Amino acid sequence: MSGSNAAAGTSNGGSGDAGGAARRNRMPKYSKFTQQELPACKPILTPKWVVSVFFLVGVIFVPIGVVLLLAARDVVEIVDRYDEVCVPGNMTENKLAYIQNSTISKNCSRTLTVTKDMKQPIFVYYELDNFYQNHRRYVKSRNDAQLRDAKKANQTSACEPERTTADGKPIVPCGLIAWSLFNDTYSFTRGNENLTVDKKDISWKSDREHKFGKDVFPSNFQNGSLIGGAKLNPDIPLSDQEDLIVWMRTAALPTFRKLYGRIYVDLKENDTITVNLLNNYNTYSFGGKKKLVLSTATWLGGKNSFLGYAYLSVGGFCIFLAFTFTLLYFIKPSPFYLGLS
Amino acid sequence: MADDGGSNRTRRRSRRRRNMRLSKLYSFACGRRPSVADDDPAGSSRIGGPGFSRVVNAGVPELQGSNSISTTKYNVVTFFPKSLFEQFRRVANIYFLVAGCLAYTNLAPYSSSTAVAPLVIVLLATMVKEAIEDWRRYQQDSEVNNRSTKVFQDGVFSDVKWKDLRVGDIVKVQKDDFFPADLVLLSSSYEDAICYVETMNLDGETNLKLKQSLEVTSNLLLDDDSFTTFRAVIRCEDPNAHLYSFIGNIEIQEQQYPLSPQQLLLRDSKLRNTEFVYGTVIFTGHDSKVMQNAMKVPSKRSNVEKKMDKIIYLLLSSLVLISVIGSIFFGIATRDDLQDGRIKRWYLRPDDTNIYFDPNKPAISAVLHFLTAMMLYGYFIPISLYISIEIVKLLQALFINNDIHMYHQESDTPAHARTSNLNEELGQVDTILTDKTGTLTCNSMEFIKCSVAGTAYGRGITEVERAMAKRKGSPLIADMVNLNKPFQTEGQTAVKGFNFIDERVMDGNWVNQPHHDVIQMFFRLLAVCHTCIPEVDEQSGKISYEAESPDEAAFVVAARELGFTFYKRTQTGISLHELDPLSGKQIDRSYKILHVLEFNSARKRMSVIVKDEEGKTFLFSKGADSVMFERLSSSESSYRQVTQQHINEYADAGLRTLVLAYRELEEDECAYFDRKFTEAKNSISADRDEKIEEAADSLERDLILLGATAVEDKLQKGVPECIDKLAQAGIKIWVLTGDKMETAINIGYACSLLRQGMKQITITLETADIIALEKGSDKEAVAKASKDNVVQQINEGKKLINASSGETFALIIDGKSLTYALEDDAKGIFLDLAIGCGSVICCRSSPKQKALVTRLVKTGTGKVTLAIGDGANDVGMIQEADIGVGISGAEGMQAVMASDVSIAQFRFLERLLLVHGHWCYSRISSMICYFFYKNITFGVTLFLYEAYTSFSGQAFYNDWAMALYNVLFTSLPVIAMGVFDQDVPARFCLKYPMLYQEGPQNLLFRWSRILGWMLYGVASAVIIFFFSTTALQHQAFRESGEVMDLAALGATAYTCVVWAVNVQMVITVSYFTLIQHICIWGGIALWYVFLVAYGAITPTFSTTYFMVFVDALAGAASYWVVTLLVSAAALIPYFTYAVIKTWFFPDYHNKIQWLQHRNRGQPDSNHADVEFGQALRQFSVRSTGVGVSARRDAAALVRLNSKVYHADSPQLS
Repeated sequence: MSGSNAAAGTSNGGSGDAGGAARRNRMPKYSKFTQQELPACKPILTPKWVVSVFFLVGVIFVPIGVVLLLAARDVVEIVDRYDEVCVPGNMTENKLAYIQNSTISKNCSRTLTVTKDMKQPIFVYYELDNFYQNHRRYVKSRNDAQLRDAKKANQTSACEPERTTADGKPIVPCGLIAWSLFNDTYSFTRGNENLTVDKKDISWKSDREHKFGKDVFPSNFQNGSLIGGAKLNPDIPLSDQEDLIVWMRTAALPTFRKLYGRIYVDLKENDTITVNLLNNYNTYSFGGKKKLVLSTATWLGGKNSFLGYAYLSVGGFCIFLAFTFTLLYFIKPSPFYLGLS
Repeated sequence: MADDGGSNRTRRRSRRRRNMRLSKLYSFACGRRPSVADDDPAGSSRIGGPGFSRVVNAGVPELQGSNSISTTKYNVVTFFPKSLFEQFRRVANIYFLVAGCLAYTNLAPYSSSTAVAPLVIVLLATMVKEAIEDWRRYQQDSEVNNRSTKVFQDGVFSDVKWKDLRVGDIVKVQKDDFFPADLVLLSSSYEDAICYVETMNLDGETNLKLKQSLEVTSNLLLDDDSFTTFRAVIRCEDPNAHLYSFIGNIEIQEQQYPLSPQQLLLRDSKLRNTEFVYGTVIFTGHDSKVMQNAMKVPSKRSNVEKKMDKIIYLLLSSLVLISVIGSIFFGIATRDDLQDGRIKRWYLRPDDTNIYFDPNKPAISAVLHFLTAMMLYGYFIPISLYISIEIVKLLQALFINNDIHMYHQESDTPAHARTSNLNEELGQVDTILTDKTGTLTCNSMEFIKCSVAGTAYGRGITEVERAMAKRKGSPLIADMVNLNKPFQTEGQTAVKGFNFIDERVMDGNWVNQPHHDVIQMFFRLLAVCHTCIPEVDEQSGKISYEAESPDEAAFVVAARELGFTFYKRTQTGISLHELDPLSGKQIDRSYKILHVLEFNSARKRMSVIVKDEEGKTFLFSKGADSVMFERLSSSESSYRQVTQQHINEYADAGLRTLVLAYRELEEDECAYFDRKFTEAKNSISADRDEKIEEAADSLERDLILLGATAVEDKLQKGVPECIDKLAQAGIKIWVLTGDKMETAINIGYACSLLRQGMKQITITLETADIIALEKGSDKEAVAKASKDNVVQQINEGKKLINASSGETFALIIDGKSLTYALEDDAKGIFLDLAIGCGSVICCRSSPKQKALVTRLVKTGTGKVTLAIGDGANDVGMIQEADIGVGISGAEGMQAVMASDVSIAQFRFLERLLLVHGHWCYSRISSMICYFFYKNITFGVTLFLYEAYTSFSGQAFYNDWAMALYNVLFTSLPVIAMGVFDQDVPARFCLKYPMLYQEGPQNLLFRWSRILGWMLYGVASAVIIFFFSTTALQHQAFRESGEVMDLAALGATAYTCVVWAVNVQMVITVSYFTLIQHICIWGGIALWYVFLVAYGAITPTFSTTYFMVFVDALAGAASYWVVTLLVSAAALIPYFTYAVIKTWFFPDYHNKIQWLQHRNRGQPDSNHADVEFGQALRQFSVRSTGVGVSARRDAAALVRLNSKVYHADSPQLS
């Protein structure tokens, strides 16, 4: 009966087509679109389909996970936290006084042992912790026009409070980001061999070429009473001040690493490397850690096993689901009838 | 000079006006008329006072007061401010406006232009839509305004557009034209200056109304020329909305004459049966009574949208909540930056700061930050939701308009969704309130059977009988239908109003019947006893009739078809072509009409007194059996019993019956009546009407029964089937009709709203004691007794329902009882009773009662009501109901104009509700859920990121990327879903009407589903945020050793969001067309295009995203690996949920999808249907037990239970 009814429902449309189309000027035109009969696939979650999707995802993800894990394992990473140990023993109770006293030597020497062979290039990073480079006040405190164009040195809006010097001259580069430029420095020796740190090309090419002008030179920078971080050589254009460029790419999270340079020397396992560093940067007032990181990189980047494990667990979970649903399908064979009996 | 012209014209008139004094025909009506005219002498004295200040100089048009009408919402000047104002009545838009303004302050977490741009786009789009809609309205208006009419100008009547009509103009309206404004009738083509008016557009009444001008004007104004000198001053009431009252006077030659509604011709009513009339314009345009009556169409909002507002509020409050949380943390962090002069985060310079980050005033900073946060998390609120929904609804409406299956060929009318904002409401209808005449029925009467001298004639089978026979399962029905078919089609093409087939009486064969003399009298009575006017087409000689009601026309047509052709009506007589039984030839006979005793609802009969050519005087009567049988002569009863039985049979078959009887009058009796009747008519005392009644009553006695007629009030095609489907879909159907109880019940049976097994609860005040009471004059006592009676009947009914189990009840209530049942203290119990019944029929209900009942159901049940009707008397109900549906194609457009959707035939309601309604509901609810999901996903990632910026209000993503999220990357797929998705194909929607219940029970838009989607959005955001940040946090993400910065990490997370929400759409959609593919994959592609294109333009504009993709992300394997991982991980929870849901807790549409899937490729198997029948019942929360199949299904179930059904181990796939 229902069949015949459905047919009845459609019959008048069909006959409508035939009967005097010329006279019937208000008759809707037939098209698959207007009649909502466009060809379509109607995906439905059949057991076959569901199980194969889960299984397929699992089968793809698990090997990827394995590959990623292997890649992460290939990376050798040496991390050395030095902010605590570089404070002289007599000043551990008052680290702030130590760091703010410019007369105290900030020299510090660290010894690192290479845990595994490291193929060049070896990337040198500094890692800061609890440093909110992503604070809105901080992120906004810069002027891109000024950085790019020498003629726009006066454009210092949004740079408060590091806009101008006390006598009103514009600071280039202005703003909190530039002002708080990281100023610890590292030099590396392996035995007697000096490991040169190549600081070229540590910034993004697009930044160097388009965001920092070749003819823009630092001026009035760090001239105020309160000196934030590193000073800049006023004779080098901003586009070549790569440390600044790297620093001004604000980090997304409060724990971040920034590229310091590259060492184009292979390191052997158990090599001892001496790091001579200047512990200038004040992380003590806000309780941030400072770490020095030496790391190699693979096609995937640095050492992070999370991706691999995530792939493995997602893939594994999918395979688990695939099996579960297969099982459920056999226990309760036809879901459609569940509503019935 | 005037006198000369007058006499001249009188002569001319006698030539021109050959018409009879038709007004005399209506002896009753005309007799009553003067009492109306000077009804309110006090009223005339008020003329000139307040409220009665209008002065019209007829023939001297005023300069002001245009007759043009405008129903547009805006004009050129007001459009901008007014439509903007309309926009900002939405909370969300106000929010975005405030956010946009604040974006120009330092509070803004993003740049101002990006905050304002989406709002501007959305507002512009909405305003364009408004403008287009208003333009359409304007065009409709201008069509009306540019109609032309004849106006007296410079000595001649020339064509003038309606809009240029002015108060005081003299107009001439031709036959079948609408009156262009409210006119005072001055004179007409008839000698006695009457005219017929059809007021269908005003009150839905199809019978013609008689208007008559004052004698003074009609005598003066005879033809076009007479207006050159005509001057008159009309003083009358100010424009008001009372259609049936009018107070004024006309001053002609310094003589005042009172005017009454009798002289008033209302705009939008139509001149009928009259060649032309002259009138002077008194109210134009919006002053006219019909326009004063035009209610502002109430703007209706769907339940889904109302709920959506609640969701918006919910979101706004969660927005406030998380902003508060953020602000508190921010305040703490800011305060801690500077403690006792010790600076903590020195790089933020807390010592030298502005108010926004002042550690000394952390509270103020926190409050300001709250505003920032409110702006930032604004992405919780989908700015494009409203406009997307509007676009979707517009397209859905387009589909409704273009549905070939809802196109009615005969009237060339497609369905038309007049407002698009109720589409999804069509899928949630709980109760349908339907008019009868013109909606369930065609409003065409067909003479189908008769019983003469105890013999039943007429083999035609009515729709009703067919439906009944089908219900009874009569094996004969197939034969009967087949037998009937050729006749039916033949009958339809041959004569409208005539579907009588019986060779015994047709083609003059009746002369051979035993009682041929009775038959002859029977047909003669049909041809004579009426008030129709014949119209002879001069070329073809065909005769058609103008009748007050379609029944009357059917009788005259029947008489004509059977050989008694009524062809001429004169002032005093009626002429027929008759078949002479002796000679077998057509002869002309004329009858002198002495009196017409008109039909009215109290008398329930109509009589004429005629004198034939032999000088015999007859009283011909026709009337309802209840009044006619008691007036029959007691001696004459040979076939009385049989006739009564026939009448009962006809009534059972849903036919309208009338009893015909006659009596020969003696000369003196006639003379006595004549005197008494004239005396009664001329009396001016209060009991005048009663005297007339008495005179008529005394004559209409001792009648001789001729027989009975049966006229079918033809049901529209497919109505019973449609009602059956709707009932199966769990929709309750109430019939609200102005018709008699008997007729209503008949139709109830015909459309299977009533059936044999049903218990009928009838509430009526037509009981003996109430009638007896009403004879008395104590109105209060009557009211009180009536009320008590009604309440008692309701309570009894309720008891009956409570006592029974599993039985289906039907409630039938008449208009008078309804008056009391709808009173405040009774309506609660009345509604309870009505809800307990399977079907409800309210008969004799006035338009206002219809609206009141509708309101009662709407507010009382809180469910969605749909009112469907065709006439102006349904307008109230249509406007009151959540959805008003007008039947279009008929002449009156009032119902259609008031409606939200118009369809040509009742049966299209099935497709409108079950297919379009369900689809729209399912689409819109999925769409809204998805909208919230995608925006929450996006918003929560922003919030989570805040936690890592010490809640400073730094946005995770680039400004423009954020602004375009709703507009570009995620808008099209959701719109495509809203337009194209089909959970179940149309065929299955109709096949399994129970699916519809998802709407009324609101299963797809229930809070649990909405909140589920929101929670899922939160979950997705958490997965996306933590997976992407953990995977890429601080180590190098490229082989060249660079680390992630804010821009790159943001872009990566954004990529994951875009992938996740778009692929989510792939899982959500159940009808995957090419368009959906394009939209979904296009949305993702657009994101990459945006990244590349936006990144390529100068860093001044692209800021942080400059080259972010090309330089940094594209070359990094980890970016792609993370995208894949995160998108997959974000989707697995829903996918798993969906599998479990459809496998183990399937919604009804899931079940149908399964079935459809299982049956694909093979013809519908019956065993699945039976199983499904069971599923239907399990799903059904309540069964209305109404409809053709209710009974058959029950039988099928019994059969099913008796033989234990073993399904062959059901396997999927």
